[in-house]
Amino acid sequence: MADSSPPASDPSDGATRRDFLIYAASGLGAVGAAAAVWPFIHSMNPAADTLALASTEVDISPVQEGQAITVTWRGKPVFIRHRTAAEIDAANKVDVKELRDPQTDAQRVKKPEWLIMVGVCTHLGCIPLGQKPADPKGEFGGWFCPCHGSQYDTSGRIRKGPAPLNLLVPQYTFLSDTSVRIG
Amino acid sequence: MRKLILSTLAVLSMAAIPALAEEGPALEHQNWPWLGVFGKYDQAQLKRGYQIYHDVCSACHSLNLVAYRNLADIGFTQDEIKAIAAEKTVKDGPNDQGEMFDRPARPSDHFVPPFANDQAARAANNGALPPDQSLLVKARKGGPDYVYAILTGYEDAPAGATVPDGMSYNKVFPGHNIGMPQPLTDDAVTYADGTKATLDQEAKDITAFLNWTSEPELDTRHSLGIKVLGFLVVLTALFYALKRKVWSDVDH
Amino acid sequence: MSEQTKFDNKIVQWVDDRLPVFSILKHSAVDYPTPKNLNYWWNFGSLAGMMLVIMILTGIFLAMNYAANTGIAFNSVERIMRDVNWGWLLRYLHANGASFFFITVYIHIFRGLYYGSYKAPRELLWWLGLVIYLTMMATAFMGYVLPWGQMSFWGATVITNLFSAIPVIGDYIVTWLWGGFSVDNPTLNRFFALHYLLPFLIVAFVFLHLVALHTVKSNNPLGIDVKGPQDTIPFHPYYTVKDLVGIGAFLIVYLGVVFYAPNFFGEPDNYLPANPMQTPPHIVPEWYFLPFYAILRSIPDKLGGVICMFGAIVILFFLPWIDSSKVRSAKFRPIFKQVFWIFLADCFLLGYVGAHPPEGNLVLMGQLGTAAYFAFFPLLWIIGKLEKPRPLPQSIAQPVLKPMEKH
Repeated sequence: MADSSPPASDPSDGATRRDFLIYAASGLGAVGAAAAVWPFIHSMNPAADTLALASTEVDISPVQEGQAITVTWRGKPVFIRHRTAAEIDAANKVDVKELRDPQTDAQRVKKPEWLIMVGVCTHLGCIPLGQKPADPKGEFGGWFCPCHGSQYDTSGRIRKGPAPLNLLVPQYTFLSDTSVRIG
Repeated sequence: MRKLILSTLAVLSMAAIPALAEEGPALEHQNWPWLGVFGKYDQAQLKRGYQIYHDVCSACHSLNLVAYRNLADIGFTQDEIKAIAAEKTVKDGPNDQGEMFDRPARPSDHFVPPFANDQAARAANNGALPPDQSLLVKARKGGPDYVYAILTGYEDAPAGATVPDGMSYNKVFPGHNIGMPQPLTDDAVTYADGTKATLDQEAKDITAFLNWTSEPELDTRHSLGIKVLGFLVVLTALFYALKRKVWSDVDH
Repeated sequence: MSEQTKFDNKIVQWVDDRLPVFSILKHSAVDYPTPKNLNYWWNFGSLAGMMLVIMILTGIFLAMNYAANTGIAFNSVERIMRDVNWGWLLRYLHANGASFFFITVYIHIFRGLYYGSYKAPRELLWWLGLVIYLTMMATAFMGYVLPWGQMSFWGATVITNLFSAIPVIGDYIVTWLWGGFSVDNPTLNRFFALHYLLPFLIVAFVFLHLVALHTVKSNNPLGIDVKGPQDTIPFHPYYTVKDLVGIGAFLIVYLGVVFYAPNFFGEPDNYLPANPMQTPPHIVPEWYFLPFYAILRSIPDKLGGVICMFGAIVILFFLPWIDSSKVRSAKFRPIFKQVFWIFLADCFLLGYVGAHPPEGNLVLMGQLGTAAYFAFFPLLWIIGKLEKPRPLPQSIAQPVLKPMEKH
């Protein structure tokens, strides 16, 4: 940078002052440029109206034991399954230590008969089958992802296949016995 | 250098020409708190203004671009906003039976308009369409001064002026005959914060509120702007000092 | 291409041996010999370049949230203003950026005019500049339509209707431009597509503009040719740092408007959604079109007006040959200097006329202004023949060296 300029009249003093100005100006300029990048990046994050829609209320009264429904939340499917006693039993019998992503069934539900999860395979984002009665449910009676063969049990935990984690449980609260708010 | 500045100003003043293009009646400039580099909204005033919108304007005027959640910006709590939204119903659906249904509005909903559509609004207002108020201040020449002047510009028609049935005389409105009956008078509302509700106070408060609905980003804009400009002044001074140093060995 | 340079850094050298990007950069942005006497008016080229970058960047991020559909375009812009993070900043930077881009380009053009930068051997440099200017106008016009406010809609209607003045096929062309029978959704869609495309064409033209510039080298305030190395200094660091000073000062003005008067250049009517059933009482184009708009309105004949308006720009392409003077800089051309300022004042006058409704004296003013605008060009030819230029200095270094001898 400085090499292309002829020497200043007073070399030592002039060069120091010049160096200081170069460092100060380019340092401050770099800070300014970096700060200017942020509005551009942040504009791609969820906007205020998108964030405001981040919760949804569901009426679960029509869902009979053994049935499941899928609702949309933040553009993604949420599985709500009204589990049978046998399914709850099966989920509780599993030895947690043997799981890839160890979680007890109790950690994954607020009321044992209602299992609520984001229906997105933790492998690469496909939607597992198992909501409809005729769907393949995999070896563990839960869900089966057709993309790469991940299999989930009746608690939505990963048991076989490439997925690393259990199906995600979103934040939710029961507003009453028949209504739940997700998000 | 001086010539450079002068000429730059000349080009800028050329740009100012459209702003001078249409001269309506001279508006009295009000001393709004948000004017100037350090200007910002007075939250208490915005809240009073919201009360006027709620009690008076919202009977005819929509506020389509504003959501109930936005009221958090002028100092309402989440619970207050929920209660405000729940006063109105919105059509939602279809539900599992395939039917549309009414539900209370939520904070994420936009302000519920008083009429279902423009035709209904005209039918209920003597053929005149009450304009949406979300951008009213930005969409009028003179901005807040104009809105304030309209609200305080109602008076008895002077001798010789004919005011058609269903219209009112306003000294500021173009053509003087305005479709909107005088909306504000002394004590048109009772302020929740105890401020005395004179016509002047009400007109100022609702204008402030409508300025906020037009420019909700103003407070952020002003406070960021002063930092950005301060930074640039320092940076430019540094560049200039460096330029002087670099050029000190060139005869020019 | 340019001669290869040796670099200390091995990786840089490796790349440069295969793709001489670093040599080119060094040749054209570091070592580039620049006349040592350029004044601050020469900053506006780099400033225009900066504005182009700012416009493209903010534009790309705005496009991520904009919806080119007549039903939702207006509201999508308001969503950017209200809900998108920093959306108001991006939009105000973009909307005001258009005005500041034109300010830089107009100053750049008039600088070229004053110092005779269009004269041989810089004719193609001048042409490329005019092509950039024309592409900018098309881009700006279509961009103004996108928010789909009242001025957007009626501006689009009026400007596209200009083409209906063309005999026989005019109406077909207008229908074709619209993709329908009025300005409507198909129009908005194609304007958005083209508004996104044209800036990249401008980038290509700017590249050619720079290639031409570095071939014929920069003009300078004296308008005389560079005689030798004593007349020049390397671009870096001298003009990089000078450009940075200009950029800093310009950003203060530009961002001052963005933060404290963001609607200064705007029209209140454009905050009303487009209404095809009602024209606003006064429609005016953006300020940078006003002089041409005034010329259009000054001619009482529809086709004649359109021809004059476009002719006002086309004639600039012939400037290098119309101007018969051998001397470039107005510094040494006493009569041309006067006429230059009158021409500039005439452009302001036409801008003023264009902003106002054509009533009373303004009609006559507009017609006189238009006549003066077109009279400038033949006058330029005559002045070149008659004028006695003041004596030119021997070289750029000479007028600088003279006072040095006193030391």
